[in-house]
Amino acid sequence: MHPTDFTLRGAIDALNEGIITSVELTQAHLDAIAALNPRLNAYITVTGEQALEQARASDARRKEGIAGPLEGVPLAIKDLFCTAGTLTTAGSRILGNFTPPYESTVSANLLRDGAVFLGKANLDEFAMGSSNTTSAFGPVENPWSRANDPDTRLVPGGSSGGSAAAVAARLALGATATDTGGSIRQPAAFCGIAGIKPTYGRCSRFGIVAFASSLDQAGPVARTVEDCAILLKSMAGFDPKDSTSADIPVPDFAAACARGVKGLRIGVPKEYRLEGTPPEIEALWEQGLAWLREQGAETVEISLPHTKYALPTYYIVAPAEASSNLARYDGVRFGLRVTEPNSDLRDLYERTRAQGFGAEVRRRILIGTYVLSAGYYDAYYLKAQKIRALIKRDFDDAFGKVDAIVTPATPSAAFGMDEKQDDPVKMYLNDVFTVTANLAGLPGLAVPAGLDAQGLPLGLQVIGRSFDEETVFAVGTAIEQAAGFTALPRLRAGA
Amino acid sequence: MTYTIEGRTGPWEVVIGLEVHAQVTSQAKLFSGAATEFGAAPNSQVSFVDAGFPGMLPVINEECVAQAVRTGLGLKAEIHLWSRFDRKNYFYADLPQGYQISQFAHPIVGTGTVEITLADGSTKQIGITRLHLEQDAGKSLHDQHPSKSFIDLNRSGVALMEIVSEPDMRSPEEAGAYLTKLRQILRYLGTCDGNMDEGSMRADVNVSVRKPGEGFRTRCEVKNVNSIRFVMQAVEAEARRQVELWEEGGTVEQETRLFDTGRGVTRSMRSKEDAHDYRYFPDPDLPPLVLAADWVESLKAALPELPDARRARYVAMGLSPYDAHVLTLERETAAFFEAVARGRDAKTVANWVTGDFFAALNRTGLGVEESPVSAAALGELLDLIADRTINGKIAKDVLAIMFETGERPGAIVDARGLRQVVDTGAIEAAIEQVMAANAGKVAEYRSGKDKLFGFFVGQVMKAMQGKGNPALVNEVLKQKLG
Repeated sequence: MHPTDFTLRGAIDALNEGIITSVELTQAHLDAIAALNPRLNAYITVTGEQALEQARASDARRKEGIAGPLEGVPLAIKDLFCTAGTLTTAGSRILGNFTPPYESTVSANLLRDGAVFLGKANLDEFAMGSSNTTSAFGPVENPWSRANDPDTRLVPGGSSGGSAAAVAARLALGATATDTGGSIRQPAAFCGIAGIKPTYGRCSRFGIVAFASSLDQAGPVARTVEDCAILLKSMAGFDPKDSTSADIPVPDFAAACARGVKGLRIGVPKEYRLEGTPPEIEALWEQGLAWLREQGAETVEISLPHTKYALPTYYIVAPAEASSNLARYDGVRFGLRVTEPNSDLRDLYERTRAQGFGAEVRRRILIGTYVLSAGYYDAYYLKAQKIRALIKRDFDDAFGKVDAIVTPATPSAAFGMDEKQDDPVKMYLNDVFTVTANLAGLPGLAVPAGLDAQGLPLGLQVIGRSFDEETVFAVGTAIEQAAGFTALPRLRAGA
Repeated sequence: MTYTIEGRTGPWEVVIGLEVHAQVTSQAKLFSGAATEFGAAPNSQVSFVDAGFPGMLPVINEECVAQAVRTGLGLKAEIHLWSRFDRKNYFYADLPQGYQISQFAHPIVGTGTVEITLADGSTKQIGITRLHLEQDAGKSLHDQHPSKSFIDLNRSGVALMEIVSEPDMRSPEEAGAYLTKLRQILRYLGTCDGNMDEGSMRADVNVSVRKPGEGFRTRCEVKNVNSIRFVMQAVEAEARRQVELWEEGGTVEQETRLFDTGRGVTRSMRSKEDAHDYRYFPDPDLPPLVLAADWVESLKAALPELPDARRARYVAMGLSPYDAHVLTLERETAAFFEAVARGRDAKTVANWVTGDFFAALNRTGLGVEESPVSAAALGELLDLIADRTINGKIAKDVLAIMFETGERPGAIVDARGLRQVVDTGAIEAAIEQVMAANAGKVAEYRSGKDKLFGFFVGQVMKAMQGKGNPALVNEVLKQKLG
């Protein structure tokens, strides 16, 4: 067995049993990165030397009998997490030269638990995108391709496309990611892996480059639901440096995976049956519900009446917050600065921001600025906040009747790199099943459940109650086991 | 008497409202742990939060919130148990985040009131509209380099209270009195040091004029005035400008102006059309600020005595309203007075503190907390008068020596032989000597010229080098003169 084929759980066991060392495991991943990253572009920065150093230190700790829960496990870190001493770009030219002197809380938690960092994963610029084509460091390619059309390069989804592609192609055992409207779940589904956006407040946002503060949430992607559970346990926890972080205990998520679904009531929201959804996705959804029923769950039709307003609400709230969050990239203190000999301050701002931000980021800053402007605030931002409250209430009502909700993760399988690029609205529709969990702050898990006719992975989504990731993991594991998803992407280490 | 500006068309009233920015006295900034000390080297008190680095998040400093609540209580204002921080978005080089975190829609403190005392002794209530917390920006330095501007972020993120008054003031004097009183309250509370020359307190002055009986006309805002005197001058200058403009048939446009302290005029900074669209919205990094009612109560219970209450107490102790006012202007002065007055006659102490002590202190140019004469030393001096060791006149001289040398009064009296003479024999001898030398005046007195009594007292005291006990001198003199 190739070392990159371990699941994260399997690797931890192998390390514990002395079957492999962290140095060997790390080196195998670095070799795989060297071989495949030039094609996939999943990493912006590979920190090979540092990774091996961390691996050696980890092996030494293990010898001394000190081993954290992730001792020696090589991971990819989405390049939105600030890593002390390592370039952190957010996929943007404007931060192309930015090396933070501080560590994000989530990545610091992983280091505390013994993890090894292979490098920084590519992403859509400032996490704005659903295809990982907006990165200033080039698009990421999905390691999967269509059976009958292997030459068409597909997107890995976004914004955590680099994280998802790296994990799917075995260039990391797991990765950190972030999700503002679906940026963990959609790429996980497109790449045939699992990914969870936990409850808002579960992971600290400290040190994560902000996109939309009230929606952003960090979470893991990995090849199994259990691997996600292990990673999330390390990533999560109260952080006094983030006022929106929740001061509640972090349960043993991995233990919850095996709980089973017997007696659970699973909600099936009728509003998620969208016109134009491919029949194979509808069929997969039905199949997933049938698997859960077979394992003793009850499925119940529910209504989330304000679902149709979720996407427009999201595309007001997220750009509004982004327009303000991205104001600090002004060329004054760090990052890119573009001036001419006679530039005044305004000119410095204009040149820096025009050249530093890509088209999608500029579009969202403009939308956000517009919806917050005097005279438009009430009609857009304020109304969006009201609808957001209604969407939250829909879920509250639903969770009075059911324990979890199951939906498709995405309205399609991965698409071609040159598709949907001309129409931002079409691109935004990728988030149609996922944004509601962000707006309501709820945990949402994407789990690979099958393949489409082209042999591309499709995922289902499990949404849970606030801070009830445990039930989400249990339902996700039940789907995963019933699906027996064993298909592999064409581009992968050892293939 | 109403203050008016006499124009060609008749008298004009002035309407004034103030927005005061007061720096919160605290160890750390509003949303970061960085220090707030004044005068530190540029950019030496800056955290990554204050510099707006990627991924940095604000965390509210509880002490700053407590200070705002204390201030609200001191302004007899409503404390809002639920308030919220908003972002005020604009670009400037010394605003690292590209927005200021402030409380726009839901301030922590609501309506309150401040009582001001005017020169004629009358009082007036000035309404407080609101008080909110916000962060300060950094400082742009344009004079350090021929072509570059430098930025100092030490102030960036420092907690400010913006205290907004109602447009209740009607004269420069009232504006000055309001600012003086507000500063006094803040200093009593210890919530702002009130150092206007260090920028700890700045005022935006809203001025409009109107004909008596009219509603409000358009106002202008004079930004960032940094002394009480300048506020009073700015009110007058701006009001006169507006009167002239109206009388010339012009219209006052709502705009932001600056006060040119050198020339004593205001000039336009930006018009309403140039005003920023700040795109306020709730800061998603900060949950609403929710205060527990019992926490507010505990702050209220621990509030120090405020100037109005203290003044009333002094009047009840027998002080004149004027002395009570003067002694309560500064918390330190009041504390000094009370230290001296403990166990002594309050009225006598007040006379000495506001009289000879203040006069001597003024000559040194020092504040009461740096006085070379401590409260204990002054108390000892007053005790020497009370127990008739020295008389009042000698005491004045002793006080002067105390200021010069820092010695204790007892030591001065002993070393210089200033003890007053209470020996009636010595007094009689001196009186007889004076009467002998002024036989003619004695005759005049005896023939009914009572006014000469003072002359004899003076002569006797002079003969005794001022050390005679005045009461005894009077008594014996009356006997001898018959």
